[in-house]
Amino acid sequence: MDLFEYQGKQYFARYDIPVSPGGPADTVDEAVKEAASAGYPVVVKAQVQVGGRGKAGGIKLADNEAEVREHAGNILGMDIKGHVVRRLWVEAASDIDEEYYVSFTLDRSEKKHLMMLSREGGVEIEVVAEENPDAIVKLHIDPVDGLSEAVARQACIEAKLPERAIDGATDILVKLYRCYDEGDCDLAEINPLILKPTGEVHALDAKVTLDGNAEFRHPEWDAFRGLTEMDDREKMAAEKDLQYIGLDGTVGIIANGAGLAMSTLDVVNQVGGSAANFLDIGGGANADVMAGALEVINFDENVKSIFINIFGGITRGEEVAKGIVEAMGRVDLKAPIVIRLDGTNAEEGRQILLDAGIPEDKLRSEPTMLEAARAAVALAS
Amino acid sequence: MAIFVDENTKVIVQGLTGGQGKYHGLRNRDYGTQVVGGVTPGKGGQDVEGIPIFNSVAEAVEATGANASFAAVPPKFASGAIMEAAEAGIGFVVCITEGIPAQDEAKVFNRLVRDFPGTRLLGPNCPGIISPGKCNIGITAGEIAQNPTADGPNVGIVSRSGTLTYQALYELKQRGIGVSTCVGIGGDPVPGTNFIDCLSEFQNDPETHAIMMLGEIGGSAEEEAAEYIAANVTKPMSAYIAGVTAPAGKKMGHAGAIVSGNKGTAQGKMDALAAAGVKVGLNPTEAGELMAEIVAAL
Repeated sequence: MDLFEYQGKQYFARYDIPVSPGGPADTVDEAVKEAASAGYPVVVKAQVQVGGRGKAGGIKLADNEAEVREHAGNILGMDIKGHVVRRLWVEAASDIDEEYYVSFTLDRSEKKHLMMLSREGGVEIEVVAEENPDAIVKLHIDPVDGLSEAVARQACIEAKLPERAIDGATDILVKLYRCYDEGDCDLAEINPLILKPTGEVHALDAKVTLDGNAEFRHPEWDAFRGLTEMDDREKMAAEKDLQYIGLDGTVGIIANGAGLAMSTLDVVNQVGGSAANFLDIGGGANADVMAGALEVINFDENVKSIFINIFGGITRGEEVAKGIVEAMGRVDLKAPIVIRLDGTNAEEGRQILLDAGIPEDKLRSEPTMLEAARAAVALAS
Repeated sequence: MAIFVDENTKVIVQGLTGGQGKYHGLRNRDYGTQVVGGVTPGKGGQDVEGIPIFNSVAEAVEATGANASFAAVPPKFASGAIMEAAEAGIGFVVCITEGIPAQDEAKVFNRLVRDFPGTRLLGPNCPGIISPGKCNIGITAGEIAQNPTADGPNVGIVSRSGTLTYQALYELKQRGIGVSTCVGIGGDPVPGTNFIDCLSEFQNDPETHAIMMLGEIGGSAEEEAAEYIAANVTKPMSAYIAGVTAPAGKKMGHAGAIVSGNKGTAQGKMDALAAAGVKVGLNPTEAGELMAEIVAAL
């Protein structure tokens, strides 16, 4: 789950990481209110999950109420690289002496956490990595040991942060690691981490990705729900607890297992079609799950045909077939289905579909993944 | 021969009294696997269809001589279950649990490496392992796996995805090709056992004559495997990578299946494997066909 900047800052604040005082605003009036309580001058920032907000005019400084009104009015509703701004974050403006970068992620190759710290912040870290790789200090952290203050301090020294920034930066590194670890983040990034003329160090931006698997131990994440950038199809699928990702094509996809679902997208593409979505119904899918999946696919206006690709391992063919028949009785489908059913009890499953008497222009079986993909793509074009 | 598990493997099921554990544990026993016990704290002394239940893994090991464990427990208990098995001296732990937090997984992996080097973890979020005709631990339907033949040629399979593993087993069965062992390493970011661990075992296993590998987008495990293959694997291989059309930045069902920027793409992995001499199919069926050609030429 990707957080917006303001959510990331709220999350940072839980771990005592210093951020600027501010608040979220959905309207111009709310922006004015937040500006007044943060204290002028303020920065009005578009809340979208895409880089390059500043260049697109989504971040503006305001010295008084009139300027807040002007900027908030302009930014709300603005389209930044396809992301429409629906919310602002208004915070007290900071005086900046220097800008740094710090992040924690998992290094999958090393199976350890990776801290990246750089004296060159405020620009994309990929650019720094390309142009001046020596400016990035990389430190692997054993998840069992965690990050000690001494190690964090050493990293700050290696990154050549100025003497007066070291105490503040060390403190933030340790706290940010705690946020990353105990807070179950896939990514915790501060860019820029700023040094003020007063010598204080604090987070001017926040990029946080939460690990959805850890949701069960974070009731506080409920506040972040419903605000993520999902389209209507994805919201509907999320309500039904389906693993769904919306795409732009015309062939609706339902498969069991993440690997097979990905593979199904690939095969549809190989035979000249394009998938409308990724949807993994998981193992042991019953009629309810299948009906839910078909409802979500049916909701997508672009879908011209539906490709159900099931390989029965534990999932049994006759159960899948029963599920489809029942689901078709519950959902009025706009697009025809092509199904490929293989594996455990596939024969029985195909027989059930045949016996259900569903007309062939609504549902047809194909013996292999490739043939089914061709049929579904032909129906969609 | 086979890798990791065979007819001598004695398995206990952690969570045998739960829904998943009971269903799959009994199926594993029906397949012929030596399922010698179950572990559920507080239920010691009971039994599940004749399989004795113990309060702890240590008790179960002492009573049964088990050397492998099948951890079928919910995500919040999974780390504890894996560590308990390791502490009890279990050498091979299969964890099928999907949805374990990445932070827990990273800690478990590093704890095992440091404190329990004698314990190998397979998974989590994996279908398990099957050495056809000998031992099946996990959720693979045994009937879709072709038994190996004494003289071969037999194929070893290693895969990051469950259903694609079944697909691969099925492709080979359709063609009458025997399988020595099929290992599902799982789709999470920090798998206990990786491609290279399996490739190295298959390379040294006299019963395995060719290797089929199924990867997917995300991370660099396939690229690292390709490097290893080029330097160490002399047995012929076919492969398939899922997710050519996956959009960047989205987790495709598996926690580990995500393209970050231009890293972890299917094309990059396919190119790396092809450069290492692996025959790469564009879909699972093609990888099966390529393997059939390889086997026919052996």
